[in-house]
Amino acid sequence: MIEVLNLYKSFENKTVLTDVSTVFEKGKTNLIIGRSGSGKTVLMKNLIGLMTPTSGEILYDRRSFSKMKKPELKNLRREMGMLFQGSALFDSMTVLDNVMFPLTMFTRDSYKERVNRAKFCLERVNLNDADDLYPAEISGGMMKRVAIARAIALNPDYLFCDEPNSGLDPKTAMLIDELVHDITKEYNMTTVINTHDMNSVMNIGEKIIFISGGRKAWEGTSAEIMSSTNKELNDFVFASDFFRRMKE
Amino acid sequence: MLKALHNFGEYVLLMQRTFSVPERFGVFFRQMLQEIYKLGVDSLWIVIFISLFIGAVLTVQVGLNITSPLIPDFTVGYITREVVLLEFSSTIMCLILAGKVGSNIASELGTMRVTEQIDALEIMGVNSANYLILPKIAGFVLFIPVLVIISMFFGIGGGYLMAYLSSMITVAKYEFGIMFWFSPFNITYSVIKSMVFAFIIASVASYYGYNVRGGALQVGKASTNSVVMSSVLILAFDLIITNLMLGR
Repeated sequence: MIEVLNLYKSFENKTVLTDVSTVFEKGKTNLIIGRSGSGKTVLMKNLIGLMTPTSGEILYDRRSFSKMKKPELKNLRREMGMLFQGSALFDSMTVLDNVMFPLTMFTRDSYKERVNRAKFCLERVNLNDADDLYPAEISGGMMKRVAIARAIALNPDYLFCDEPNSGLDPKTAMLIDELVHDITKEYNMTTVINTHDMNSVMNIGEKIIFISGGRKAWEGTSAEIMSSTNKELNDFVFASDFFRRMKE
Repeated sequence: MLKALHNFGEYVLLMQRTFSVPERFGVFFRQMLQEIYKLGVDSLWIVIFISLFIGAVLTVQVGLNITSPLIPDFTVGYITREVVLLEFSSTIMCLILAGKVGSNIASELGTMRVTEQIDALEIMGVNSANYLILPKIAGFVLFIPVLVIISMFFGIGGGYLMAYLSSMITVAKYEFGIMFWFSPFNITYSVIKSMVFAFIIASVASYYGYNVRGGALQVGKASTNSVVMSSVLILAFDLIITNLMLGR
């Protein structure tokens, strides 16, 4: 579980996040949604520690991120997995080496054990025969799968996904959504997904936080979205005719 | 001026992060060998090619310009040796390598930055500066003496070839010239100087590449800036080191 308490983030004179408080629950797919420039990426970067909050606190299973010392922080980082928008696979490594990387850096496992674990993770994301290929040789959907396999290699407690569906066709996007959702249940992880894909919201959104103008404007489940009277949320979610008709 | 100080501060902080104990020595050693191959061995052909031709041209130029009967013919070999040993194989060769190796490092790290590969390392808890930059600096600094010695050999060899092929000077006189008043310390001086230059090339290029913000355009800019800055620093340090080691 990740708790965000009264989070503020400013850049020089510009406040990007204002008093954001929420809880991302364990074993659930928690979604952060909002328009471009609403502050959801900044919120995500604060969550994963790439940015430091101006004020407020982030607790990882009651452990305060800002109060942690270097070794504790290092250990916490090893409990995190991250799926980047562009996959962020290491170009110079093969698919298998990419998945083995966290195991090589942080475990004392033998080479054979690392290979076995990496192959297991690749099989889990339904990638069986791409071990020796380089990231440049595989498709966008396959890259996302490899990135997921790499993210779960160390059995993380927290999984962060930044726009996991961007650049994918609807069918592949749905498969990636379902994969993230299933893995969250299987590993009982706290998964936080940054997205503005409404299909993801409806399909896997067990807890949704809507950010608007740097503030938390709404939170609830995908079922509750349909009956919400929040104007900002409705303008965002039901922007297209299709979704508007679906709501009606 | 303030910006220059700010950049210098950033560079020092980056080097501080870079020069820490590697997470895994086995991984570091493997990375370093790869860098030696990529930055050093891959530069061999250009070093040999340029040295051979510059050595030959030097012999022709000196031969053509020494017309006084008071200056002995072996001076051609003597001057070729001194220029190659003292300046060409270290300074000029490092200026050329600043273009090849420097732009390679800056663009590689810059691309890793804009494709979030460096962020991925940080989130995993890997000291990205230490993991990516230290093997490059260590590998290049360790291998540059090999390149310099090879350059010296082929530079003087180029002159020898010219003496053999032309009627400007006899081979015997050239041989006498290259052995005349030889001080082995000149080789030590050249090697030490080149190691400092190698550090400048690798660290400055790493600084520019690592700190890229933006996209492909900024990666190109970082690559150019790193070559310009390395060249300026190489010339400045050439003067300083020469005064320290050879000055009276």
